[in-house]
Amino acid sequence: MIETLGIWIAALLTLCILSFLYKDNPFYKFAEHLFVGVSAAYWAVYSYFNILLPNLIQPLFGQGQFLLIIPLVLGIMMIMRLFPKVGWMSRWPLAFIVGSYSGYHLITYLQSNAVEQVRATLVPFVQIESWKNLFTGPGVITFLNAIAIPVVIVGVITGIIYFFFSKEHKGVFGGLARIGVWFLMIAFGASFGYTVMARISLLIGRMYFLLHNWLHLI
Amino acid sequence: MNIIERFEKIDRRIIFLLVLFAVIIPLLFPIGFEIKVSAPVQKFYDAIEALPPGSMVLVSSEYDPSTMPEVYPMNQALARHCFAKDLKIIGMGLWPQGIPLNQASMEQAAEEYGKEYGVDYVNLGYKAGGIVVISSAAENIPKTFPLDYTGRPIGEFEIMKGVRNFDNIDFIISLSAGDPGVREWIMIAQGRYGKKVACGVTAVSAPAFYPYLNAGQLQGLIGGMKGAAEYETILETSGTASRGMDAQSIAHGLIIFFILFANFFYLLGKRRKK
Repeated sequence: MIETLGIWIAALLTLCILSFLYKDNPFYKFAEHLFVGVSAAYWAVYSYFNILLPNLIQPLFGQGQFLLIIPLVLGIMMIMRLFPKVGWMSRWPLAFIVGSYSGYHLITYLQSNAVEQVRATLVPFVQIESWKNLFTGPGVITFLNAIAIPVVIVGVITGIIYFFFSKEHKGVFGGLARIGVWFLMIAFGASFGYTVMARISLLIGRMYFLLHNWLHLI
Repeated sequence: MNIIERFEKIDRRIIFLLVLFAVIIPLLFPIGFEIKVSAPVQKFYDAIEALPPGSMVLVSSEYDPSTMPEVYPMNQALARHCFAKDLKIIGMGLWPQGIPLNQASMEQAAEEYGKEYGVDYVNLGYKAGGIVVISSAAENIPKTFPLDYTGRPIGEFEIMKGVRNFDNIDFIISLSAGDPGVREWIMIAQGRYGKKVACGVTAVSAPAFYPYLNAGQLQGLIGGMKGAAEYETILETSGTASRGMDAQSIAHGLIIFFILFANFFYLLGKRRKK
């Protein structure tokens, strides 16, 4: 019974939200405000019972871990942002977060997101195996595999050239920058294609819910 | 008003309606387009297949109900694959709303394969902190997650006996719809501890992770509902992702048609104005 009621509420709210596609209306506004309110309440309750209570309040006041006064004070200082006169106090915990996070992150981030990516782009410059495959079994796939790494390298270099603004984009340099723009456009196109796929997937998810769970048509 | 001007001023609600039909009709009347398995998904499957029975797989859920249509089918398919291979699953999450979804996936698969909570799988729940949680768990899992998601001490569970840190984890899967998520797992688990990491992500974020796959930092990648459908195809099961692929293909075809159609009339109008 409760499950059926939940499905009906979810279905009606889905229709309320989708009604915005026709035009803005009170049903959409109601669903939107309800969502914002419920989300805020959910996060407030969840944060208190799952983060503040087990990590700060219980250990500090129940087990006497007085070192936790430091994060408590930093947390209170952060809330001072809400009061303009003492808003400057929030800069201290923010500085602490930025500093500690940067220090913690820096090396690992560079290693995983820069060094490894550069290595993977440049090494090996030519994959002997894929060229062998091309000559032994010529075809579109083997050809694409063979030229994959050189194309990536050309794309990276010309892409970087496009973003090099200390020299005017003229002559050979300008030509390379234009090639870089083509690579960027292809990348944006691929990314947009994936975005379309994601949005359609979400629509399919909702329609599947309405047709399967609510109306039992499929 | 000529035909070009009419198309330029077409009511966008007509487009919405056509997209809606393109999604609903294939859902009601499935066509059964062939689903071809891509290399990143095949790599993911092969990586799981290569694990010996009894291996520990850590599945971290970094998604929420808003991305369920894309990520949840992956979660279900992976849970099924792990249990079919007699692998043990330790669930956890860096997003709180992912925990019940991961649990539901594991429970459903456990029922199908006769697996037991605490013996074959466990859910350690959510911990705030993102990358710091991963670092902490890498050093000491029981200290980072002393209780499971229901509040029971993890020492009670047979599956957790002998599990101290990432040395006891054979494979890590991050099912992610944003940050904190896959990138953090790559940075800490793969980069710092050399663990095998694979991911399932939303289609929007998939292009950002292909470089990691090519660099060997990821063992496999499932991207969006399409990726989930491919995984279901390899497993020879039909889930919600496979059922949605007809609608996805028709809707994509329609959008491609819109783009070509709009550009054709745009160029035609431009030429006439000259």
